[in-house]
Amino acid sequence: MNAQTSTLDPKLDPAPAPASSDDAIGAFLQQEYTAGFETVMESDSLPKGLSEDVIRQISARKGEPEFLLEWRLESYRRWLTMTPPKWAAVQFPPIDFQDIVYYSAPKSKKDGPKSLDEVDPELLRTFEKLGVPLHERARLAGVAVDAVFDSVSVATTFKKELGEHGIIFCSFSEAVKTHPELVRKYLGTVVPPADNFYSALNSAVFSDGSFVFIPKGVKCPMELSTYFRINARDTGQFERTLIIAEEGASVSYLEGCTAPMRDENQLHAAVVELIALDDAKIKYSTVQNWYPGDKDGVGGIYNFVTKRGDCRGARSHISWTQVETGSAITWKYPSVILRGDDSVGDFYSVALTNHRQQADTGTKMIHMGRNTRSTILSKGISAGRGSNTFRGLVKVTPRAEGARNYTQCDSLLVGDRCAAHTFPTIEVRHPSAHVEHEATTSRIGEDQLFYAMQRGISAEDAVSMIVNGFCREVFKELPMEFAVEAQKLLGVSLEGSVG
Amino acid sequence: MLNIRNLHASVEGKRILNGLNLEVKSGEVHAIMGPNGSGKSTLAQVLAGREAFEVTEGSVDWDGVDLLAMPTEERARAGLFLAFQYPVEIPGVSNAYFLKAAVNAIRRQRGLDEYDAMDFLARVKAEMKAVGMKEEFLYRSVNEGFSGGEKKRNEILQMALLEPRLAVLDETDSGLDIDALKIVAEGVNRLRSPERSMIVITHYQRLLDYIVPDQVHVLSEGRVVRSGGRELALELEEHGYGWIKTEPAPAAAGAQGARP
Repeated sequence: MNAQTSTLDPKLDPAPAPASSDDAIGAFLQQEYTAGFETVMESDSLPKGLSEDVIRQISARKGEPEFLLEWRLESYRRWLTMTPPKWAAVQFPPIDFQDIVYYSAPKSKKDGPKSLDEVDPELLRTFEKLGVPLHERARLAGVAVDAVFDSVSVATTFKKELGEHGIIFCSFSEAVKTHPELVRKYLGTVVPPADNFYSALNSAVFSDGSFVFIPKGVKCPMELSTYFRINARDTGQFERTLIIAEEGASVSYLEGCTAPMRDENQLHAAVVELIALDDAKIKYSTVQNWYPGDKDGVGGIYNFVTKRGDCRGARSHISWTQVETGSAITWKYPSVILRGDDSVGDFYSVALTNHRQQADTGTKMIHMGRNTRSTILSKGISAGRGSNTFRGLVKVTPRAEGARNYTQCDSLLVGDRCAAHTFPTIEVRHPSAHVEHEATTSRIGEDQLFYAMQRGISAEDAVSMIVNGFCREVFKELPMEFAVEAQKLLGVSLEGSVG
Repeated sequence: MLNIRNLHASVEGKRILNGLNLEVKSGEVHAIMGPNGSGKSTLAQVLAGREAFEVTEGSVDWDGVDLLAMPTEERARAGLFLAFQYPVEIPGVSNAYFLKAAVNAIRRQRGLDEYDAMDFLARVKAEMKAVGMKEEFLYRSVNEGFSGGEKKRNEILQMALLEPRLAVLDETDSGLDIDALKIVAEGVNRLRSPERSMIVITHYQRLLDYIVPDQVHVLSEGRVVRSGGRELALELEEHGYGWIKTEPAPAAAGAQGARP
């Protein structure tokens, strides 16, 4: 079975809400991107452009072993033969890949900070301004943080405490030095370099990211978190994250991201690989707040990301939760390969597009093991002239007896100039499979707004309340402190959504 | 005091109210009756400030303030409450959250401290008991999956919490069985007070067996065509609305305050 549907063209809606309620929403929506400042600091950057020589320099700067340099070069050669994907429902001018800086790091006097005390105070202030305290003294509900600034990780907190449990949580560069055997064993096994154009590019030039290893039987005692910040101009960020949970291990991991406001578009092409062995559980949450560009669509981040989890072991469980409010363009499909018998994959997503933002996001659930289960819950909110596309694949392979999937895909429209599209694809090759798909599209009702306002609630609070209500099923999947953050972010991102 | 003079209003270009006059004093309960399409609900929506209804002529003076010049939420904060004929569902937003936001918006306006979670829960639970609502309704989404009677009780609950100066009940009795009707009427009677005016819109006389109005007005074609005491409602029930149309309407021009 293969189904493709496209829902909604709001312009065809015969009963537009009265202009006044749109005005009310519009009036609500004029808050600015708050993370858009730039930190002035000296950086060590390579010149613009990409070549084998640039890749050798990146690898040399990071003091990498030979196998990794070879892997990068091989990826680069594959990338040269590939072309950017054209199938997504997004529009942008061609990217000049020679006009990008592939490596930029804050300049430090030594080889790198050995402890937080050696981290440039300007950097610490930057992260504090963003609400990411790196001082372990400021214990944020016991969350360990790895902070990545442009191309390098600047600090990882709670290392010692985690180390006592045998947990490795460090920057990717550090893992390459201290645990090359683990990196070599797992890198590229979930997302092969040539998987797609952007994963090949990432594999060639990736600079830093986070590495997590939870040994057999260990439940990680705290939330792990990585915070990504693009600062330098004309710089692409190509981070690489690898999370491995051994047999019976479990971990909850969260990433957040911001960037300064600039008129040029900046590229962010990350690769995230998750590996869950028997009975392991990985919960990966993202609150994505890259700069979305201004209200006319000038500037903003192109967020072209490949995220995939491999439920390699029996009864393993991988859960993706994402709240996507930023980026000019989002192209992202966190997926799960359900290889182990009885393994479980979840995808919970809120994607909001306002002004001229475009998002083409969704997931792939590949059922290979027996009695594998997956759940997809997608909430798309389109406002302003935003375009929001859900693209999903549920695939049940011939030996995936007893596979089950439930998909629910809801779109909410704010105003009458936005768009929402749904492209679900279902491929079933086993007769015992049970696949359900539900989709709805609704508009923030003038009647809902009027009802709330008649109770004394302002239009802006009413819109925010209705949108948060729409997303509640997804927010409840987020770790507590981030659920609050996500709600706030949604309020901010809706600013100026109509008008 | 609420003083409506020569009110004309239309929706989507269609004229619904055609020179409506009405005066409601503090502490009074007025019933508005009339056949379908006579403008009863339009009057309620215009008073509450729904944008789709355009006022083309006339004025509404509310204790010396021009009601029509105020935005919807300010009318609410100043003490105007509309019990909806069809209460609206808001999926994913808990009733408790919604009610607390509303109560605090109004308390702020009145210069009172906002309720914290504990104060609010104590207050709302007491009011829920009075209208016979189970506590679980606090944690369900606003009106979602409520039965007709539960929705109407939720409206009365909100009215009790928000303590309006002027309450407009738009066919709150429609679709209710007699037990639900009694509970709603008790809620309304409990809230009667010298500072509070109420406009009770109904299609049927039976509600007025339980809520005894100070005055009854009959609407037809967007105007008050007849005003009187409670007995007018009984007469209507006996003769039907057709009777209003055939009978000459002596007080049609100046129906407001028609009590002798």
